[in-house]
Amino acid sequence: MSHNSKRSPFLVTMLCFGMAFLYIPMFMLVFYSFNYSKIVPVWGGFSTRWYTTLFESEEVWEAVILSLKIASISACFATILGTLAGIALVRFGRFRGHTLFSGMITAPLVMPEVITGLSLLLLFIALGDVFGWPEKRGFSTITIAHITFSMAFVAVIIQSRLAGMTQDLEEAAQDLGAKPLRVLIDITLPLLMPGMMAGWLLAFTLSLDDLIIASFVSGPGAVTLPMLIYSRVRVGLHPDINALGTIIIVVVAIGVLLAGWIMLRQQKQRKLEETLSGN
Amino acid sequence: MSQQDSYIDRPWMDPEAEPFIKIQGITKHFDDFIAVDNIDLEIYKGELFSLLGGSGCGKTTLLRMLAGFETPSAGRIFIDGIDMTDIPPYQRPVNMMFQSYALFPHMSVEKNIAYGLNRDGIDKHEVKKRVEEILEMVELGPFGKRKPHQLSGGQRQRVALARALVKRPKVLLLDEPLGALDKRLREQTQFELMNIQSELGITFVVVTHDQEEAMTLSTRIAVMDTGRFVQTGTPTEIYEYPESRLIASFIGNTNIFEGRITKNSADHVTVRAKNPECDIRIDHGSSVPEGTKVWVSVRPEKIKLSNTPPVTKAPNQLRGIVSNIGYLGRLSTYHVKVEGDTNIEVTSPNQIRPKDGAHAFDWDDEVFLSWDDSSAAVLTK
Amino acid sequence: MSQENNSMAGFNTSSYKLPNTSLWQKLSHKLQKNWKSAVIFIPFFWLLLFFLAPFFIVLKISLSEATIASPPYLPMVSWLDEGIVQIKIVIDNFAYLWEDDLYVDTYINSVRIAGVSTFICLLLGYPIAYAIVRAPQTTKNILLLLIILPFWTSFLLRVYAWIGLLSDQGSINDLLLYIGIIDEPIRLLYTQFAVYVGIVYTYLPFMILPLYANMEKLDLTLLEAASDLGSKPFTTFLTVTLPLTIPGIIAGSLLVFIPATGEYVIPDLLGGGNVLMIGRVLYNEFAANFDWPVASAVAIALLLVLVLPMMLYQRIQAQEVEAKQ
Repeated sequence: MSHNSKRSPFLVTMLCFGMAFLYIPMFMLVFYSFNYSKIVPVWGGFSTRWYTTLFESEEVWEAVILSLKIASISACFATILGTLAGIALVRFGRFRGHTLFSGMITAPLVMPEVITGLSLLLLFIALGDVFGWPEKRGFSTITIAHITFSMAFVAVIIQSRLAGMTQDLEEAAQDLGAKPLRVLIDITLPLLMPGMMAGWLLAFTLSLDDLIIASFVSGPGAVTLPMLIYSRVRVGLHPDINALGTIIIVVVAIGVLLAGWIMLRQQKQRKLEETLSGN
Repeated sequence: MSQQDSYIDRPWMDPEAEPFIKIQGITKHFDDFIAVDNIDLEIYKGELFSLLGGSGCGKTTLLRMLAGFETPSAGRIFIDGIDMTDIPPYQRPVNMMFQSYALFPHMSVEKNIAYGLNRDGIDKHEVKKRVEEILEMVELGPFGKRKPHQLSGGQRQRVALARALVKRPKVLLLDEPLGALDKRLREQTQFELMNIQSELGITFVVVTHDQEEAMTLSTRIAVMDTGRFVQTGTPTEIYEYPESRLIASFIGNTNIFEGRITKNSADHVTVRAKNPECDIRIDHGSSVPEGTKVWVSVRPEKIKLSNTPPVTKAPNQLRGIVSNIGYLGRLSTYHVKVEGDTNIEVTSPNQIRPKDGAHAFDWDDEVFLSWDDSSAAVLTK
Repeated sequence: MSQENNSMAGFNTSSYKLPNTSLWQKLSHKLQKNWKSAVIFIPFFWLLLFFLAPFFIVLKISLSEATIASPPYLPMVSWLDEGIVQIKIVIDNFAYLWEDDLYVDTYINSVRIAGVSTFICLLLGYPIAYAIVRAPQTTKNILLLLIILPFWTSFLLRVYAWIGLLSDQGSINDLLLYIGIIDEPIRLLYTQFAVYVGIVYTYLPFMILPLYANMEKLDLTLLEAASDLGSKPFTTFLTVTLPLTIPGIIAGSLLVFIPATGEYVIPDLLGGGNVLMIGRVLYNEFAANFDWPVASAVAIALLLVLVLPMMLYQRIQAQEVEAKQ
């Protein structure tokens, strides 16, 4: 849709406004992280002292480590479960409970977090009463909660990839003598790899970002990074939180740009090869 | 020459030949839609059999049932005497070349071709040897390490063919094998396919919507429409002796005259056509009695055009005015308006180069049409 | 091994050895089937246990009587002395929600704030998505990346950034004072306005992305055909572009509206005590008042409000998957 489009001044204005709206707050966050003054919106000269404060805080380190641990473990499980669910929903035809299953896959995408959080907590309490597990809430309960809602996101990505993929390749493998399980391992899963990677990253980010569900299902002693940030910002502005935000933004920006760059290079390489082979 | 020898190229004529593929009363529904409707078919070893028809006629469904991707709603399929109906695709002695080629994008050409052999648990050295052999055969020797997206369309087509052939299937199924190629490449590849087929002696079943492709390639063609076979026969039989108006007009172009049989004898039939009114004489007998309503098909290239009136009055003659000319280079198509405002299509080779754009027959010229007794075919439906 | 030797033998013989015994066939058939069942069963079971079952617990507790104990509710099913089972279902919690204006107002307020925010997101997001679709390929990729990037950064920190902008000594007030539009700082933080800003800011990418995905499928030649047939640009927009992008509008709106209705962080951080939304009330009932039955009733009532939009979203998702197949 890109050719012969005249630049509409209205569209360009809206685009610039939208980008400014999205990025100015983030820019200000970064800007004030280098503020010497303890009162955030008042400029007191350039300083990196909040970064030092941040790095020296044991509390912050503990929260970061807990959050990363939860995020990486829950992302792995969510990717496995979500991929299985996606394959089952798209490739196995209609089985008993199909509608219920697909409903349970999409519901977490839009379910208000307060509801998911509350209901999971009540489940954990009930399980604890009946089975004696979980004995105490924290790392394990947060991980289970995160697996549950992020597997839905993975499943949706996988579902959409699979649906867009013709069954030709899988049929061709069967035709060449591969049994269904073999087809899954040799053909379907490798082709789904990019989708699974995207799913893992998404699950990882969702877990790192979650405050509410973690607040509900966490127990004493287990404080994730968002929970720590929240407990601080509720009572006002903290320059060290600005510093933390800056670090997160920089890490994410580098990651996204790197990913974008790699994808662009692959695309170009592929296009070049296709041109060379005479297409 | 003994009777037996004359059947070598035409096993379907041999009453003693055992069919290699036997399809018995195959039906396939998708919910309410009947894709394939109670079809019987026998294909013999070494044939190159085409299923020809428009989209949605059921040809692909039939092919997919042969491959095992669809389970028939009713009927049985036998290949080489074994009932294959309930055998899953990965256990059938049948391989398929997909319309999209379905080359695994994450594997090299070699790996693609070796895939089927590895599934059979064939020894590594043997796999390597056979992959090399088949790559040589399809002239892709140096391309083994490439990925599919690094190949041109024609090369991909050959990889797909090699991958299906390397397993030495009893039957090779080809779904629109030349569909994705451009016209020039298609013509060249047609002959390559025929050479490979006759060299290996594998039975080919081809699905195509392209009648020219079917005519060139096949030993026999089955023309399909709405899930049934309309006619099955050699390309010549189908073209020269169509059984119905549907076939006559689907395969090539034709002129159809409606009329009644006025004389039916052992060696010829005479039909009185109306609109335009004329007598048509055909040099073979017909099974229907005199007075029956029939149709006569006369192919455009069988009709001779002339500027001078015929000397004697006889059947198979018409007079008309050239109303349209389509110049196609090696031949021209003329529309001749005859009595009753009917247009007759005639094609005639351009043996002489037209001077200053003047054709042998020009617009509004009065012309005379005639054809041989052997040119027309009587159609009863 | 014998099978392998056979398959090497040669042409048209039997690269394809069929299993000889029907028993073997049956066994392999069963294996194949069970393997598939496992693929279905594992995620299915997980969701039943950790997604569906919890709702029934919430439902159960919402129908129980509150008490000061641990857990802070009375069991619904109890054994009386003579071995009679007593099932006690209490709808008091729901009646309480209905009778107290605070809750009713909060519900209405939540839906209104979410609805208005969704509409603002649509007004902003539609032209932005359209501008991205019409941009040249390279620019398009960069713009898309810019829209997605905030999504990967911490949601909490992006809301936090607005505190610095909206507070009395914040950048917006500074700017307005500097220009001279106002003489003294105006109150922006802890108002309804701040909540709107926060929701629109947070959920704008959720509106833009589905719209973009939908618009990209739009065939440009349709617009050319319309203009070729004499339609002016604005008429073309109204008669061709807009109707064809309705699926994107609905998907984007649902993705904003549903989570925004149950939003907790934004009203808490930017709205202060002045803006009541259901999410906050639920959390407070649960964490501060320790009233689990009422918190559960609030959750069930919130679900009732959202069940229709959620079903609609579910249907759109299913249709999209089917359309791709």
